[in-house]
Amino acid sequence: MAATDMQAGADRGLYVPRLSFRHKKGAAFFAICLAGTLVGVVFLAFLLLDVWRDGAGFLRWEFLQNFPSRFPERAGFQSALWGSLWLIITTALLAFPIGVGAAIYLEEYAPRGFVTKAIQTNISNLAGVPSIVFGILGLQLFVRGTIGIGPSIGGGFGRSIIAGGATMALLILPIVIVAAQESIRAVPPSLREASYGVGATRWQTVWHHVLPQAFPGIMTGTILALSRAIGETAPLIMIGALTFVAFRPESLLDPFTVMPIQIYNWVARPQPEFQDLAATGIIVLLVMLLSMNAIAVLLRQWTGRRYGR
Amino acid sequence: MVGNVTDEAERTAASAAARAAGVSVQAGVRATEPEPAAEPGIAVEMRNISLWYGQKQAVGNVSLDVPRNRVTALIGPSGCGKSTLLRCINRMNDLIDGVRIEGEVMIDGANIYAPNTEPSQVRRHVGMVFQKPNPFPKSIYDNVAFGAKINGYTGNMDDLVEESLTKAALWDEVKHELKKSGLALSGGQQQRLCIARAIAVNPEIVLMDEPCSALDPIATQRIEDLMLELANDYTIVVVTHNMQQAARVSHKTAFMLAEDDLVGRLIEFSDTDEIFLNPQDSRTEEYITGRFG
Repeated sequence: MAATDMQAGADRGLYVPRLSFRHKKGAAFFAICLAGTLVGVVFLAFLLLDVWRDGAGFLRWEFLQNFPSRFPERAGFQSALWGSLWLIITTALLAFPIGVGAAIYLEEYAPRGFVTKAIQTNISNLAGVPSIVFGILGLQLFVRGTIGIGPSIGGGFGRSIIAGGATMALLILPIVIVAAQESIRAVPPSLREASYGVGATRWQTVWHHVLPQAFPGIMTGTILALSRAIGETAPLIMIGALTFVAFRPESLLDPFTVMPIQIYNWVARPQPEFQDLAATGIIVLLVMLLSMNAIAVLLRQWTGRRYGR
Repeated sequence: MVGNVTDEAERTAASAAARAAGVSVQAGVRATEPEPAAEPGIAVEMRNISLWYGQKQAVGNVSLDVPRNRVTALIGPSGCGKSTLLRCINRMNDLIDGVRIEGEVMIDGANIYAPNTEPSQVRRHVGMVFQKPNPFPKSIYDNVAFGAKINGYTGNMDDLVEESLTKAALWDEVKHELKKSGLALSGGQQQRLCIARAIAVNPEIVLMDEPCSALDPIATQRIEDLMLELANDYTIVVVTHNMQQAARVSHKTAFMLAEDDLVGRLIEFSDTDEIFLNPQDSRTEEYITGRFG
């Protein structure tokens, strides 16, 4: 009633609502967005289906237990699986403390100014550097030890897990730093004020309030960065991770291979059975990746729930 | 020390009467309250405080003596620098990049801006309650205990938590659920928890930055009652947008205003009754009678 009055009275025909046209426009936009989402989902489904069809045949306990072999039926994934585990743990232990430390410094301590801004920009740029470049850096720095930091061959670590892990840590460091910075920045200023307000020092504020609040976000970012590292091949080929390893690595100075390299190696062989083995390897790699992402989600929910509303 | 029994009784009665009288500014003034017998000492002495955010000056040359064990209100329109001035008293502005402060803030005979002063120690002695209740995302107990813990409190923590929550008029409501998250409380309870947290470190002065602006009228009334009660033990400085609130709870009122140059200055500072019943400056009168702001 009131609406009709207004239309008759105030509008004087100057407003043309064209409601059905607006709704159609809205519906079209919705369709485009939905299609965008579906493209990703559909292709992922295709990929999973295809890999499963090829690889399911070899997926049995022996596959995880055997070492690589010339004979497809005896070939297995053990050295690659363990190599990847060793590598990823080394990478995490190096990248997490350094990355979080850098993020805390940049967000909580660094004076706002030209230098900080320059550092910040360069960290963001590092995230875009191709991984092969990090491989070259790692080869020079950690494998050959051009600046002489390692104990073994010629001052470097050789083609070892520690060299690979250090290279991977450098590779994902920018991602960890940026993710941690974002989580720290998302901690509301009112929480910091509350802490300073009762006489806490900067360190006490960061340790007791900022970090616990930012922790889920930092963990999620770190785990996602690690999932990127676990699928990386190029820098590891560069630093000389081997393609054929018939033993399990036992120390940080052992040579190693990782899952993507083993998969690549199998794909490159002419026999069709090895193609299927590669698919089986991909299934194992995907399971590991998805489990890491699941852990990230669980950690976020678990830590977020403790003292929420 | 003031705060003898008769004084307290009179003050409480007067504030209750003022509240009952409703929202009118005139009616809200405790016009009948006699002056306290003893003249209180000075808790905070601000001398020629000026503050700049980068190039922009926000506070201009404010000098103000805050009486001990009284409630002092800072009123004025938005952007007049009253919150900024409040945050000068516990060096909270230090946390903002590019802030420059001139002048002195004397507490217990020492300038808190003197070199070698520890800001964290200043803030322990000058507690703060913020506009939006901001409990830590921790248990009620830990909210109160945190400040004591980090400041090296060696007494009995359980007693301190109970005592602080009692003083903040929250103990009876939460004593059976101290392990519950502070964020699970209602807005008014959260603000009282923040008050308990502030007084748990045994400050001399408590700053309140529009402590009721996010609360409903009933929660507001409880906080106002609390302010008057806390003034027995602490010196309270409260920033408020609400003139009735200033009239109801404060003994002294400072009116601040930023005129054309946008620099906040102190226009008038005197007993609350004087400010509301007999303002000396025409700008004060215009503001409290609602002609602007």
